[in-house]
Amino acid sequence: MKFPTLALATLCLASTAHAQTTPPPPIANSPQAQAQASQAAQQGAGQPVIDIVGGISAPMPIAIPTMPTSAVVDTPAGSTDVLGQKLADIITNDLRGSGLFTPVPPAQLRTVSFPEVTAPAYDYWGGTGAQSLVQGYVRANSNGTLTVGCYLYDVLSKVELVRQGFVVSPGDWRRAGHKCADAIYSRLTGEGPYFDTQVVYIAETGPKNRRRKQLAIMDQDGANHRFLTNGQSITLTPRLSPKLNAILYMSFERDRPSIHVYDLNSRQDRTLVSNLALNFAPHWSPDARYVLFSMSVGANTDIYRVPATGGSPERLTNSPGIDTGGSYSPDGSKIVFESDRGGTQQLYVMNADGSNQHRISFGGGRYAAPAWSPRGDQIAFTRMGGGAFRIGVMNPSGGGEQLLTNSWGDEGPSWAPNGRVIIFFRSAQGSGRPDLWTVDLTGRATRKVPTPLDGSDPNWGAVRP
Amino acid sequence: MTKLVPSLMLGVALVATAACSKKPPKELPPAPTETPVAPTQPYGNGETTQATPLSEQFRREVTSDTIHFALDQFDVDQESRGILDSQAKWLVAHPNVRITLEGHCDERGTREYNLALGDRRANAAKNYLAAQGVSADRITTISYGKERPIATGSDEAAWAQNRRAVTLVLN
Repeated sequence: MKFPTLALATLCLASTAHAQTTPPPPIANSPQAQAQASQAAQQGAGQPVIDIVGGISAPMPIAIPTMPTSAVVDTPAGSTDVLGQKLADIITNDLRGSGLFTPVPPAQLRTVSFPEVTAPAYDYWGGTGAQSLVQGYVRANSNGTLTVGCYLYDVLSKVELVRQGFVVSPGDWRRAGHKCADAIYSRLTGEGPYFDTQVVYIAETGPKNRRRKQLAIMDQDGANHRFLTNGQSITLTPRLSPKLNAILYMSFERDRPSIHVYDLNSRQDRTLVSNLALNFAPHWSPDARYVLFSMSVGANTDIYRVPATGGSPERLTNSPGIDTGGSYSPDGSKIVFESDRGGTQQLYVMNADGSNQHRISFGGGRYAAPAWSPRGDQIAFTRMGGGAFRIGVMNPSGGGEQLLTNSWGDEGPSWAPNGRVIIFFRSAQGSGRPDLWTVDLTGRATRKVPTPLDGSDPNWGAVRP
Repeated sequence: MTKLVPSLMLGVALVATAACSKKPPKELPPAPTETPVAPTQPYGNGETTQATPLSEQFRREVTSDTIHFALDQFDVDQESRGILDSQAKWLVAHPNVRITLEGHCDERGTREYNLALGDRRANAAKNYLAAQGVSADRITTISYGKERPIATGSDEAAWAQNRRAVTLVLN
């Protein structure tokens, strides 16, 4: 995405712009805009209004009307007036899905004229009960790109809180909506963004004893969905690279359980680890230079590390139990994994070189599939006990265990990049059919992610640049 | 196989009739019974192998091609030892036969752990067979974790059926 550098000062003049004049927005990534944004925050205008973990009394009412356009132009992404409606829908869907916002119903959203974008009708919006207002505009540029303006207003104090603009190619038009939603969300919660992201997962179909499993990728809201394998071999546990350019996964192709890397740019697939042993459970290092994986030699499964470009695996664990599911802390200094060396599946943490392996789970259940939060402060897991599989979190020392879901078969948590939302899969008792679900750290906002087929083994990618 | 035989019989009957008499018989031979042939199931429910005459023979002649395991366990119990003894005897008598052992788990375990546990089960069976005289280099192993259940219910009976190691003849 390109960000032409425009100074913040021009915007003040443009607030009384006529219909023909497009108010040029400042571009968030420009040094001036960033400096001014942090200055505003320090002055107290930037206090977060939603405490995401401390307990929310009620979601915030927010108005997100259709974005007008300076001129109705047909583009490869569609007509700019239609895009304005769809972008508002994307932002509405993202913010509602977080569980922290209640969008004002469509019937109460008035048509916003182009000049009104920078001169909001605060009294009207106050009358709808909205506390915040999101406005924007869509403009087709002569070079074929689209500009999407994104403004956030505090309705009660009648103050502008966010002003950003995103220049995108027509193929990326949805990302402008997600970027805007991220700006709104971050400003109001103080949390990091997570809407402009993709999820890789396994798309499933077919009878329970002969499931067809395909590698798939999609935007976190389910759009832009693509199947990446044809389902002829069982594929499991995909993981999107921190660099977003490749996917690690395990495949049973040719009856050889091996680790593959799928390159998203070239669409080429290569085998990273393949030998006569069982190889599975691959994870990227935070810098994408290494891959952790599990290998079973002589019926004993341990955790190994191999360069992402290939080479000889280096052994990190050596216990007679099953050691698997190893993945890094976000700073790369530690690894969390699961092991049954003590008799039952429990969580362990060790240094990245394999030293100081110590157990951290003591909550009375069996624990598996650990995932270290991108914020470093928590480890998510699958807890088995009492006939149920539940998603939970604990801190890296093992304390503060909290269960976030309560269902028959919830498994395989993966963190959104802001460390506040988790995606996992939920299987139905009997049919065994899985679907993808998200839950936030309060455990209250649980929702299903729409997929064309059933879904399992989700992995949430980093925010796209 | 099943479909072929009735046709042959019909053909033989027609030839016999034509040779014996020029008049149509009083009673036509009974029409062949329509025996639906089940679609070919992958042997052992895994991905590997089609049924071969040798593998069919193996399944007929041993006590069972499958042993079962207790929850979260991979040790070969008394009943399983009996089954594997029967398999070992057959395999020793057919020294050119190669086999694969598939290890499987029930759905009440997590994805990755079950891959490892299935591998343990396959290897437990392999080690036992090797100890009974079946050379280890005739045996490969593969784990399907919980990916290929044979019973589709979500109850104890189904889970017990799915915790298994299946011996497949490869040639």
